[in-house]
Amino acid sequence: MNALASDLKTFLAAQEKKSLLRFLTCGSVDDGKSTLIGRLLYDTKLLFEDTLSALEKDSRKFGTTGDDIDFALLVDGLEAEREQGITIDVAYRFFATDRRKFIVADTPGHEQYTRNMATGASNSELAVILIDARKGVLVQTRRHAYIASLLGIRHIVLAVNKIDLADYSQSVFDRIAADFASFAKDLNFASQVTIPLSARHGDNVITRSARTPWYEGPALLDHLETVDVDTALADKPFRMPVQWVNRPNLDFRGFAGTVAGGRIKPGDAIAVAKSGRTSKVVRIVTQDGDRPEAVAGDAVTITLADEVDISRGDVLCGPQTRPELSDQFAAHLLWMADEELLPGRQYLLKLGTASIPATVSSLKHKVDIDTLGHLAGKTLALNEVGYCNFALSQPLAFDPYRDNRDMGGFILIDRSTNATVGAGMIDFGLRRATNVHWQALDVNKSARARMKGQKPAMLWFTGLSGSGKSTIANLVEKALAAEGRHTYLLDGDNVRHGLNRDLGFTDADRVENIRRVGETAKLFLDAGLIVLVSFISPFRSERRMARELVGAGEFIEIFVDTPLDVCMARDPKGLYGKARAGAIKNFTGIDSPYEAPERAELIIRTVEAPPEAQAEAILRYLREVGYI
Amino acid sequence: MSTNKTVISHLRRLEAESIHIMREVAAEFANPVMLYSIGKDSSVMLHLAMKAFYPAKPPFPLMHVDTTWKFREMIEFRDQTAKRLGLDLIVHINQDGVARGINPFDSGSSLHTQVMKTESLKQALDRHGFDAAFGGARRDEEKSRAKERIFSFRDRHHGWDPKNQRPELWRVYNTRINKGESIRVFPLSNWTELDIWQYILAENIPIVPLYFAARRPVVARGGTLIMRDDERMKLLPGEVLEEKLVRFRTLGCYPLTGAIESSADTLEAIVTEMFTARTSERQGRLIDGDEKASMEKKKKEGYF
Repeated sequence: MNALASDLKTFLAAQEKKSLLRFLTCGSVDDGKSTLIGRLLYDTKLLFEDTLSALEKDSRKFGTTGDDIDFALLVDGLEAEREQGITIDVAYRFFATDRRKFIVADTPGHEQYTRNMATGASNSELAVILIDARKGVLVQTRRHAYIASLLGIRHIVLAVNKIDLADYSQSVFDRIAADFASFAKDLNFASQVTIPLSARHGDNVITRSARTPWYEGPALLDHLETVDVDTALADKPFRMPVQWVNRPNLDFRGFAGTVAGGRIKPGDAIAVAKSGRTSKVVRIVTQDGDRPEAVAGDAVTITLADEVDISRGDVLCGPQTRPELSDQFAAHLLWMADEELLPGRQYLLKLGTASIPATVSSLKHKVDIDTLGHLAGKTLALNEVGYCNFALSQPLAFDPYRDNRDMGGFILIDRSTNATVGAGMIDFGLRRATNVHWQALDVNKSARARMKGQKPAMLWFTGLSGSGKSTIANLVEKALAAEGRHTYLLDGDNVRHGLNRDLGFTDADRVENIRRVGETAKLFLDAGLIVLVSFISPFRSERRMARELVGAGEFIEIFVDTPLDVCMARDPKGLYGKARAGAIKNFTGIDSPYEAPERAELIIRTVEAPPEAQAEAILRYLREVGYI
Repeated sequence: MSTNKTVISHLRRLEAESIHIMREVAAEFANPVMLYSIGKDSSVMLHLAMKAFYPAKPPFPLMHVDTTWKFREMIEFRDQTAKRLGLDLIVHINQDGVARGINPFDSGSSLHTQVMKTESLKQALDRHGFDAAFGGARRDEEKSRAKERIFSFRDRHHGWDPKNQRPELWRVYNTRINKGESIRVFPLSNWTELDIWQYILAENIPIVPLYFAARRPVVARGGTLIMRDDERMKLLPGEVLEEKLVRFRTLGCYPLTGAIESSADTLEAIVTEMFTARTSERQGRLIDGDEKASMEKKKKEGYF
């Protein structure tokens, strides 16, 4: 500290050159993670006096360490955590030594908080996994090592904590180290170090302990200060996802973004991954003056030599080293929501700066994260990992996650709750489908529609069982046919018995049912028909998916709004009676929800007029908006 | 570490991360605002915003929630700064609180903060319909802050639910909200107090003069030194006003902000003092210690 007073500039210059290591700590409950972090902060003198005195006070009140300072209280910041003595959420801590700066993500050990560990791991370069020397390698230890490896962490430290309570025994330590090594060998870590330590007493945390003379490796801090975690991202192919187009005036058009890989200089050729257009970099603009070069991690604004159509979501890349471009890929998916994954349901996928509607087209297998074995499954529950094929509504530029985290890591967002429900790591693109998809056909929808002399449309009737959907849809179809229109009616009777006879009534099957109906209706629409779809279709997400499958203005959502008690009283097929008696499970309105439309084009209240009048109202609407 | 590799210095890395966050907000929200508290963290945040959108101006206004009890020098600095940078500045005061005569002396710091800061902020956000609001908070400041996301979701009542936060992975931020909901965005989440000072020094960022030591009129009250910034502060029996060489490590309402005795009157001296400091900066704020877990409680209610 004296050196700094004498020459602050030298000191600050040294500070400036320090590198940053982001690591996470994980372990089971009571393995001593928080104690270890508290110890690191304490021993690197990053604790202030008032923090210390508050800590001493809290230790006496809530602590579990007798008269000693309970470092765990330092990091458990939320009320519920203090009350229950557990860590709930990821907490970020900061400390520095003469050699490095550190950001620590402290993540909880409980099984139900696996998603928090993934959150912490996503931005970390190294993981410290703590275990209790008395307990050895547990199922949780394996889980933590697997999640770390799944999220792309290449460096691992196994901290065998509480070695004091195992009498500083070398044989205990050796057995644990061997156990872990045999499991971790399949996880391909670039560096793996096992350290015996006592967070509570400080053995092998900052300096080598005299109480473990048999241990010849580094103390934890020494290892953290020196481990080389460089992924050489700056030497990888150039990638810059465009965040924002900067147009302060007519003379300036810059593309702002953070370089996600490689490097770029004025004069370099670039390509836009999706459109394939190319240009040259003219300037790398910053407020501090133009830069001669930008490398991975820099936030810059680039101007180009040509007027190229580029917007947010595009990726700039090197013309010779382009990323993959596909609307289908295979990825590992970690599910992070209470509501389970529904294959076939449309979620919003966000990768880099691109947001694209996407569905899991197939769940290839689930991963048993305790054994790494493969399990069959139809859905993913909270904290489960699966290997899935994804189908996107448009092509996405990406790299495999193992090559570039920013270009291969994505989140899934539920479109009705806006919750972040999944985290995905792309493995590889599925190119076959891309080529099929882009096949342009000569006889197209408008040609077919012209031959029939009509405008194709999809009339989507939604409502409770017994609401009168099919009755009205039938009347509408008859009237259209009488006018010489080409139509087709899809309903439960002609679909459930054939195309969808393999589906039941669970949420997952309902989603798949509607997906298939939507796709089928789209084909009929493409054939130039006026398609009438009459399905309960209880979920907003799937109706929105159907809407987005077809062109603008071709989808007409008709909400047949009949109160539940009226439907139950009508009960034309006796289904409500059976459902209430428990003979039918997952019956909409009884023990499965119906999400009413928020922006239906038409709302039909069947209690207000007879079906014939309702059908006439629909035909009137179709005439008014020019369909017939 | 070998030195021939491309290693981005930690300040450049922090700067890039903050700029990335700000651009995400500008691109994805309809009506963002930057909460400007006039303090050193706000100064850094504003400086980064100027960089993020250069040569354009930041595509959002600044907003200051004025409790009417800020240091006079802060208000002066605020108005100068907005003028110098040519930015829109919204100043919001909770007029209802003013009418009720809420003040830190008679109402107590807790009620004063609740009405003039938290309620006032919510009023202002609702009035302008902002869907995203930048704040200069850092994770190293306080325990509940350490657990907050960079994009922190708030419900229709501006409440924070610490046990139900959206997972936040990589640099991919979930910006989706329904009408009436909002996101608080903290671009300085990963900065430490020392980083802030080093950056101010490296970039020569203007800050309020109160951060530098000067002779100021102070009163010893409640274990700290309070500067008497205007006549509204009455001396209690036995209190004496003294001129002391002091400075402030954080700035807020003057009756609630403790000064420290210091002779650090240059940025270099402040950073040097910072390095040898043994007291964390929030201790200068009298509102945090009001009750156990008080920051978490205030944040749940909508405080920044």
